[in-house]
Amino acid sequence: MQGLLPYIINGISAGGQYALIAIGYTLVYGILRLINFAHGDVFMVAGLIMVYASASMPMYIALPLVIVATALLGFLIERAAYKPLRTAPRMSLMISAIGVSYLIQNLAFYITGGQPQPVTHPIPWISDTISVLGASTKRVTIVTPVLTILLVLALVWLTKKTKVGLAMRAASKDFETAQLMGVKINSVISFTFVIGSALAAVGALLYFTNYPNVAIGSGSMPGLKAFVAAVFGGIGSIPGAVVGAFIIGLCEELIKAVQPTFSDAFTFVILIVVLCVKPTGLFGEQVTDKV
Amino acid sequence: MKKNNHRESLILALILLIVLAAAIFLDAKLPSYHIAIKVIKKACVYSLVAVSMNLLNGFTGLFSLGQAGFMLLGAYAYAILSIPVAKRAGVYQYFDGGIVKFSLPEIFSGIFGESIGPIVGMLLALLIGGMIAGLVAYLIGLPVLRLRSDYLAIATLGFAEILRALIQWSALGPLTNASNLLQNYPELGGATAYLILIAVFIGMILLLVNSTYGRAFKAIRDDEVAAEAMGINLAHHKRTAFIISSFFAGVGGGMLAMYMGTVQALSFKSTMTYEILLIVVIGGIGSLTGSILTSFLYMASLEWLLRGLDSGKFLGIEAPGVFKNGFRMAVVSVIIMVVVLFFRKGIMGDRELTDLLRRRGRRKGERVE
Repeated sequence: MQGLLPYIINGISAGGQYALIAIGYTLVYGILRLINFAHGDVFMVAGLIMVYASASMPMYIALPLVIVATALLGFLIERAAYKPLRTAPRMSLMISAIGVSYLIQNLAFYITGGQPQPVTHPIPWISDTISVLGASTKRVTIVTPVLTILLVLALVWLTKKTKVGLAMRAASKDFETAQLMGVKINSVISFTFVIGSALAAVGALLYFTNYPNVAIGSGSMPGLKAFVAAVFGGIGSIPGAVVGAFIIGLCEELIKAVQPTFSDAFTFVILIVVLCVKPTGLFGEQVTDKV
Repeated sequence: MKKNNHRESLILALILLIVLAAAIFLDAKLPSYHIAIKVIKKACVYSLVAVSMNLLNGFTGLFSLGQAGFMLLGAYAYAILSIPVAKRAGVYQYFDGGIVKFSLPEIFSGIFGESIGPIVGMLLALLIGGMIAGLVAYLIGLPVLRLRSDYLAIATLGFAEILRALIQWSALGPLTNASNLLQNYPELGGATAYLILIAVFIGMILLLVNSTYGRAFKAIRDDEVAAEAMGINLAHHKRTAFIISSFFAGVGGGMLAMYMGTVQALSFKSTMTYEILLIVVIGGIGSLTGSILTSFLYMASLEWLLRGLDSGKFLGIEAPGVFKNGFRMAVVSVIIMVVVLFFRKGIMGDRELTDLLRRRGRRKGERVE
């Protein structure tokens, strides 16, 4: 048990980070029925902005800047790449998302010169090493799940109690009818992307505190895993995404304890099993196709 | 109508002959490391893989993102089966020379002689790679092909990642060399050999697309429910398309291994699938000739024409600050996004080269009347 403890702690922490990314997937899929392949790369860009910003300005400016800049990036991506395809078939939208992912990675390669950017100024307090029940770890592993749950509670409050939350729920229930009822669909979608990206930015701040550097490909694996988490929990459902993310984070770290080669592959095994056995996930709603 | 078809195939054959003559000429005149030869080889490989993806995504309407995984299988099969026995100890230095103790090109050179034997062996290795990819596709298809569009995409992507992890597993090391390089295997020949190979394979796909199977695939793409009502067996046809597409992706992977000279599982990432998908999209989803043209265009501009964007000087403009490493890919991906957003049909839409010829012919005919 003592040997497994660090893995469990890391698993819960990884779960928190995946949850923050998974919410972005699940919100967007709920409304646009789009797997936003670029979301993992937005996450990576947030990491890059953190590296550059924290090296050149004080931390209390850099952190908000990372979140605001990432939210802006999400907003711009939606306006430039998804809005023009509102009436196009779903496949075009997905291709556009893949194109955006390709573009972001190549731009990041150009800007960084292809070199992984070292995290030279990790966020002070949370990167201190502490010891939990005899296992030594960084403080961020403890902070992550707590912060994740607080943010998710805030988000649930937002969707349940505010007007824009009501509009979001209406849009994900029925896109066209919501529009007829006077919901400004474009601003709702933009708002969704802003929230999703901002949460991904928080996730990136926590994630890259634990890592020595940010590489161009560092976003794709966490992005895919977060998507699997969203599917696992039932895509479109916020609590589902969070529960799914924690389960996947935990399983992955436990597998890592036994056979490290398969920790990544295992996530996709879960995905395929879930898709075959219960495609709607843990908390998803049944959707039927009409002819 | 029949006469028209006859003329079309004549024109196609003519184009093929001209390209082939050009390749033979280049092979004879230029050294094998020359950029033009490299572009032709790489473009050939990407043409085949893009066409195989188009068969699935464009003709059958199954949005699969597993291409890199099947290419990985083909590449590894080719490399493992054709590394010369004498060099195996060096390649598999961490695994006592591996468990495969034969090499197909060498076996067949013992049977057919030194000139034809190796070629037969290499071709066989390519085909076995394709068959393994097809077999795996059959197994993967059992659960996956029941899924709807975007779930299918993510599940096939997931399978490609699983395959990549499996190949790198150290327990399979004696077979796959785990995460180490595979190298020192032979190459079939110059640009001409690549061209002939893909002409044969793409020709097969073309025949398939024009057969009853091809028409059934298109019916499924256009309306699944209607196709089923017309008596098309959905599961059977989807599975067939998936297996055939994966077979050719596997062969393409083997050819990619030949072209690159070394194989490592690390390079078969999902980005490779994205790249191929974007080539298909630019060429036009549902147009085989579009995919081929775009592969050549893409490779020529990426590897050759736009080189200057990375090395400081392009079209006579010198700006080392802007034109540095990676700028080429950035420019290309911006162009790709413009096509995806504003020219959604790509270069060819769903027409083939011969359709364009036919329309010109008809217009001429009208003028005569």
